[in-house]
Amino acid sequence: MSSVVPDRVVLDPRFAPPFPQAALPVLRNPQLRKNVAHAIDVIQGKRGKLVAEKTDWQALRTAASAIRSHALENLGAYLEQFEERCTAAGGIVHWAADAGEARSIILDLVRHENANEVIKIKTMTSAEIQLNPFLEANGVNVFETDLAEIILQLGEEEPSHIVVPALHVNRSQVREIFARRMGLKNLSDDPKELTNAARTYLRQKFLTIPTAIGGANSLIAETGSVAVVESEGNGRMCLTLPRTLITLAGIEKVIPRFQDLEVILQLLARSATGERMNPYTSLWTGVMPGDGPQEFHVVLLDNGRSSILAKPKQRQTLKCIRCAACMNACPVYRQTGGHAYGSVYPGPIGAILTPQLMNMEHAQSLPFASSLCGACYEVCPVKINIPEVLLELRSQVVNQERRQAGRIFDPLYLGLRIANFLFAGAGRFHAAQGLGRIGARLFTRKDGWIHSLPSVGAKWTQTRDLRGLPPQNFHEWWAARRKEAK
Amino acid sequence: MRASLFITCYNDTLFPETGRAVVSLLERLGVELEFNSQQTCCGQMHANTGFRREAFAQAKRFIHIYRDAETVVAPSSSCVAMMRDQYPGLIEELGDEALRKEFEALLPRVYELSEFLIDRLGMEDVGSYFPHRVAYHASCHGVRALHLGERPYRLLAKVRGLELVPIPNADRCCGFGGTFSVKNAEVSSAMLAAKLQDVVSTRAEYCTALDNSCLMHLGGAMHRQYVGMKTIHLAEILASSEADNERFPVEAIR
Repeated sequence: MSSVVPDRVVLDPRFAPPFPQAALPVLRNPQLRKNVAHAIDVIQGKRGKLVAEKTDWQALRTAASAIRSHALENLGAYLEQFEERCTAAGGIVHWAADAGEARSIILDLVRHENANEVIKIKTMTSAEIQLNPFLEANGVNVFETDLAEIILQLGEEEPSHIVVPALHVNRSQVREIFARRMGLKNLSDDPKELTNAARTYLRQKFLTIPTAIGGANSLIAETGSVAVVESEGNGRMCLTLPRTLITLAGIEKVIPRFQDLEVILQLLARSATGERMNPYTSLWTGVMPGDGPQEFHVVLLDNGRSSILAKPKQRQTLKCIRCAACMNACPVYRQTGGHAYGSVYPGPIGAILTPQLMNMEHAQSLPFASSLCGACYEVCPVKINIPEVLLELRSQVVNQERRQAGRIFDPLYLGLRIANFLFAGAGRFHAAQGLGRIGARLFTRKDGWIHSLPSVGAKWTQTRDLRGLPPQNFHEWWAARRKEAK
Repeated sequence: MRASLFITCYNDTLFPETGRAVVSLLERLGVELEFNSQQTCCGQMHANTGFRREAFAQAKRFIHIYRDAETVVAPSSSCVAMMRDQYPGLIEELGDEALRKEFEALLPRVYELSEFLIDRLGMEDVGSYFPHRVAYHASCHGVRALHLGERPYRLLAKVRGLELVPIPNADRCCGFGGTFSVKNAEVSSAMLAAKLQDVVSTRAEYCTALDNSCLMHLGGAMHRQYVGMKTIHLAEILASSEADNERFPVEAIR
């Protein structure tokens, strides 16, 4: 069957402006920055307390890292095992090489149901493949059921976080969206009233729409089971009420044994929402006659993952369990929130995952959207060394760019090339220091400071001064002192 | 005790007073200090900006220059972090077995200044006198790459006359990040503004750190905004002593 391409997409890295540019409007938005910082402080505070009480936290991280690495190194075998066990239990497994394939598989399944409406569990992978706009363009009405996703869908907002996608929206903004879209003129911003409005809206969907699309936190190879963790119970509704359930999951989600969940779940809830355990953990295996969905499909999505897996230095990216601890800890994300990343995966993990999913053809500014402070690596429950991958990707981007003719006179490239030449010998380095000192005099004011520089230097002096160059370098002082001593 | 000073390229060029302070401090403690005039840069700037080919050359050069040194001390945690975190990967990529051996022999002898004082010399009280209210900025590389932990605080606690005030959100980055500060200048400035707010809230006279890079960032904003606070490398505080007639002349330097 034919399908239509949507005209509106959400946070597509192919069309997003580079990070430094995309960050500008956000930096000028005090409401958004306050919302982001407040939400992060709450989660971070809760996480910090729970991690501190867990004496085996580092051991758990080590175990989780080993489980995820082992699963990735044997990914093919575990995926086949999952397929076999899931199929044996009555599930139907589909393999999608890329986003387009996954979208058509899902559309075909929905059409096969004669469904023009679907309910959805919050699923990052579906956002990655731009599933909602695609289904909508093809006549399928999609109803998100995660509270935050409802806020975004009704408010036509874009997600800014992978666990709390509406963290940039505050309570009064939610009130405005609900009042407008649900026709509730007298709605107040009391959380109880807002929740009730969402509940009324959702109940009707749960009870009338028999097709659900969801994701997976883990696929368990040993049993062919799927695990979904959530806070609200709306996911549980989607997983149990409908007749047909379609699960879209990245191939990296597989873990070997049922027992491995023990490690993952302890880390995930604490890292993601600062809870000892998430309120709802749903686990199911295939189809159970007379109970729950009677048709169950799993769409296993590659979409660039196997090419990441093939690169040993970058492979660790796929260990991610999507807890978002890295973005909560990130000082860059704290200032910009998620939208500046131009990807459904923002923050440090997004900065390494997005360009790789794009085969390094888009989102090349993201690996540079980090001060390399290392906070992400410190909190990562599966020990992804994000700074290490950032550096690897930076090097790949530079290797792409340094061949481009336009970069020859790019001041940063020029500067780094010259610096490299100078650092190759102390004589040239010292001579350049001397020339630099003379040159800097042009820009140094009477107070001994530089307030304004041209070119790339202007990027520094737009918000900071720079002390003028000292009259004597250290090595000169050392040499003079040695001479005196003799 | 002999030690070779790796001053680092930007300290040599921009912050010679830090180098002079390290010399004054370590010589006072009886260390026989050497300075290899062939030194330039460890390669951090190139490696962190994605110029790995260039970083290879500088890493090699560093290892060759210091292979015979008894101990290397550097007043910069990010440069030492470069050697510990990035050199192994660079050398592996180069596949140079001889270089790897040289590097592995050298690395345990490379110390950041506070490590050198506490771990190598076993000293906390280095006889310093600095009668000022001081806030210590724990740089990211010091905290998360070198795991300096309590070392700088232990050193500061023994400085006579010094009143140490904690900076809120101490482990949060100041936004410098090397070329990040110009490639993402606006975001870097937003991070700096947040950090500066925390630093200024201490009402300290001086903000100190083990990295002049962070201090250049913070100090640049302090100067621009007429904030009544100055930045000073920890080496300069430790070098100041009341016994010494040539008390390290802080005011003359900055």
